[in-house]
Amino acid sequence: MESIILQLLNGLDKGSAYALIALGLTLIFGTLGVVNFAHGALFMMGAFIAVTLNMLFGISFEVEDPTRTDFLGNVMMVDTPYVVYWFGEGVGNWLIDWSVPISVVVAIPVMALIGIAMERGLIRFFYKRPHADQILVTFGLAIVLQEIIKAFYGANPIPTPAPEAFVGSFDVGQLLGFDPFAVMYPYWRLVYFFFAALIIGLVFAFLQFTTFGMVVRAGMADRETVGLLGIDIDKRFVTMFAIAAIVAGLAGVMYTPILSPNYHIGMDFLVLSFVVVVVGGMGSLPGAVAAGFLLGILQSFASMSWIIELIPGINQVVIYLVAIVILLTRPRGLMGRKGVMEE
Amino acid sequence: MLGLNAKDARLYIIVLVMLIFAPFFLNPFPETSGLAQFNAGYPDMMQRLVIFGLFAVGFNILFGLTGYLSFGHAAFLGVGSYAGVWMFKLLTMNVLPALIVSTIAAGLFSLLIGYISLRRSGIYFSILTLAFAQMCYSLAYSVLTPITGGETGLQLALDDPRIIGTQQTAEGNIPVPHLFGLPMNSNTTLDLGAWSFTFSVGYYFAAVIFALAFYFTIRLFRSPFGLMLRAVKSNQSRMSYTGLNARPYTLAAFVISGMFAGLAGGLMVSMDPLAGAERMLWTASGEVVLMTILGGVGTLIGPILGAGVITYLEAIVSTINSTILHEWFSGLPDGLENFMVNILYPFVGKGWHLTLGLVFMTVVIFLPGGIVEGGRRIYGLFSRKRRQSDATPPNAAAQPGPGE
Amino acid sequence: MGILEVQNINKRFGGLQALGNVNLEVQEGSCHAIIGPNGAGKSTLLNVLVGKLIPDTGSVTFEEKNVLGRKPHEINQMGISRVFQTPEIFGDLTVMENMLIPCLARRDGSYSLKAFISIPSEKALNTEAEEMLDEVNMLEKRDMQASSLSRGDKRRLEMAMCLVQQPRLLLLDEPTAGMARADTNNTIELLKEIKDKRNITMAIIEHDMHVVFSLADRITVLAQGTPLVEDTPENIKGHPKVREAYLGEAQV
Repeated sequence: MESIILQLLNGLDKGSAYALIALGLTLIFGTLGVVNFAHGALFMMGAFIAVTLNMLFGISFEVEDPTRTDFLGNVMMVDTPYVVYWFGEGVGNWLIDWSVPISVVVAIPVMALIGIAMERGLIRFFYKRPHADQILVTFGLAIVLQEIIKAFYGANPIPTPAPEAFVGSFDVGQLLGFDPFAVMYPYWRLVYFFFAALIIGLVFAFLQFTTFGMVVRAGMADRETVGLLGIDIDKRFVTMFAIAAIVAGLAGVMYTPILSPNYHIGMDFLVLSFVVVVVGGMGSLPGAVAAGFLLGILQSFASMSWIIELIPGINQVVIYLVAIVILLTRPRGLMGRKGVMEE
Repeated sequence: MLGLNAKDARLYIIVLVMLIFAPFFLNPFPETSGLAQFNAGYPDMMQRLVIFGLFAVGFNILFGLTGYLSFGHAAFLGVGSYAGVWMFKLLTMNVLPALIVSTIAAGLFSLLIGYISLRRSGIYFSILTLAFAQMCYSLAYSVLTPITGGETGLQLALDDPRIIGTQQTAEGNIPVPHLFGLPMNSNTTLDLGAWSFTFSVGYYFAAVIFALAFYFTIRLFRSPFGLMLRAVKSNQSRMSYTGLNARPYTLAAFVISGMFAGLAGGLMVSMDPLAGAERMLWTASGEVVLMTILGGVGTLIGPILGAGVITYLEAIVSTINSTILHEWFSGLPDGLENFMVNILYPFVGKGWHLTLGLVFMTVVIFLPGGIVEGGRRIYGLFSRKRRQSDATPPNAAAQPGPGE
Repeated sequence: MGILEVQNINKRFGGLQALGNVNLEVQEGSCHAIIGPNGAGKSTLLNVLVGKLIPDTGSVTFEEKNVLGRKPHEINQMGISRVFQTPEIFGDLTVMENMLIPCLARRDGSYSLKAFISIPSEKALNTEAEEMLDEVNMLEKRDMQASSLSRGDKRRLEMAMCLVQQPRLLLLDEPTAGMARADTNNTIELLKEIKDKRNITMAIIEHDMHVVFSLADRITVLAQGTPLVEDTPENIKGHPKVREAYLGEAQV
């Protein structure tokens, strides 16, 4: 029982990331009709916003520390980050410690700009081109973006820690009445899950309760008719692209303490997120979210040692297997609508 | 000739001539000149050109003719190379059995994957093939390590059985792949003044295989089967209302292109008997897609051109380093020299993939028809000019040429 | 016993009864028109006949063989060809290639993997395709790309592609929709010729009464998914029920 709950929890954070990326993919696909292979790159860029901020806050210069001397009696030089020098001990160290949550605030406008630039500069020329062309051009863009990141940050993963306050684990087991230390869950993963739930909730609320969202949903259902009503959908779709970029970016920012990002983290997540979208049903937002969590949890269960002993390698391929089975038995995915992407 | 029409026969002869004389015209710069680094006439490079050409030509049979975009073809190349190395380990170092088994193994494997993936079309098909390829890649790295050699890759060893032929050479080394005793890595060098040309057994063997496969491809393009594959791309609904079942056609195309990939994988290990899982990665699948579209999707010569350009660029661009860049711009004033070097540096050497991605985007955005389409446009531009200067009345809309 | 027998077909889309108890019998060698106001279920019926839709109940037999549940290509191989409302042709291919495909389909069945034969060497098929093109006056356009043809030419090409298969039943879905008067008359002539010379049974869905009354031997009037009357053209003209079906809506 404990192990089941543990696996369930372990699946949640990965599932949250899948769900967030898949949500953005589906938004873009459903509204703009574009298959975006560069969406993983947006996740990666979010992650590197966090990395950048962490590095910026860490930039230091050397000052003399009169209170300390080395063995020769010279005054020692101590690295002091500029932020500490400018804002004082308290604020400065707080900034460094909380760089990841602060990155969230920074990432929103930055990701929105990146999204708008991408849509206006490239994607909009591909609305009427075949899906194969869309796949290819966004695939090329993904390569370019990740290579740029690689040129700046190198090929190795860059650790970006969570704030001190969230280091350590939360004893979920004790809360549920099990023995202490039976089910430990890192605080940050819990934060990630709630953060993802919040973002998903916000996106759904936005689509459900605003006029803007209503038009977008109508556009997803029947683009032509909404166009005939004299509503300029394109303008709204730019906004949707920006929102999708923000969602992917935030998912990336918050994921950095869980997995140190490198330049191909986006691609790794993208392939899986595509599978998630297909399993959920192309064009279905609830489907994308549900499938994201479902596959995340499934993957975590498949990593249990006795299951791996039973079927070696299952943890590596379970997602793909599920996708294949679902596509063959329910061609439209779990919640797909008729007529979406069927020639 | 050989059952080809005049136009195809001409194309085929040009390709044959290119294959035979490749060691000459890929080495246009004298050994001693500074431009020698742009020579591509060394065996390793020429083998890669031919092998990737084969891979792309096969991929084009599926993507170019039927329009089904597979993102998993690298998996078949990987299966082919593993099968080839296993033949070297178990049976003999002769390359012929290895190639045959590589092709068959990849064919069977693509039959299985194609049978499942082709139940869906469009983006779903692409994602299914992608999922399969990624699955193979993960498995090859983990559970299948006994078969694939995992991270180190599958290598030959001294104590491999090699039932037919020698297990070890007289000196106690691992024998090299050969064709009935003719080693693949043996070369003859011809020195002509400042030039030096290398003729490699491996290259010419690969070229013969390529020539045969390309001949088959031309025949396929011009056959009723090829016509049906183009019909699949054009209008599947009309096809089924004309009494045709598209599935066997697409499956056959999928398997044929998978077998081409397997053959390419087999050739790869015949030149260098080492197979690694990274050949199955989906970026490798992306690369063959790029070769095909860069050259011209659905054309005969396009994939060859695309594979040639990409392979050549990769070899050249990835070897350029900052010293070479400094040499190039040494004529400029210092500040400008450093500026140019700094600008270009991210695109060369390890930054080759950045150049690749940019080429990819540029081609898709500006030239969806690839090099062949570009050539056709330039040709059209000139011939129109000529026609106008002949003072013929301005013709109505130019007659659209037949599909090819 | 007719060549095509439709019995008790019912088809529901959600709450909408698209077809209710449809019975239809098409006699061999006749031209049977199906008419009715918009939304009467004509196209649904046609889609059932070619295997695109599967009805909830009922049976369809062609030459006493069951049609339902078969795939479109199998139904075509039984001898039923279909002309679409908007011409469905292979736009990327040339006119001649468009013609060769049905020729091959008729000779080789639903698939054949002949990857090593060149098309020009198939002399008999080429002649057959050219003759058919000549018959519809399109031989001089044989090397044009099909998507660049005019709408009327596309329609003729599609018709030729169906005819070259020598079907025993030809289904036509509004063959003159959106055509100019002159084109419509040409099409009527073409269809008349087909009917007289080739003895092909035709089932035609049409809005244009001029076309219907110049071609049809029998007419079935559909309204709200059920057949209202079936009779000869003479008797259909001025039939009170038919007037009601067409004008009824207007009177409301």
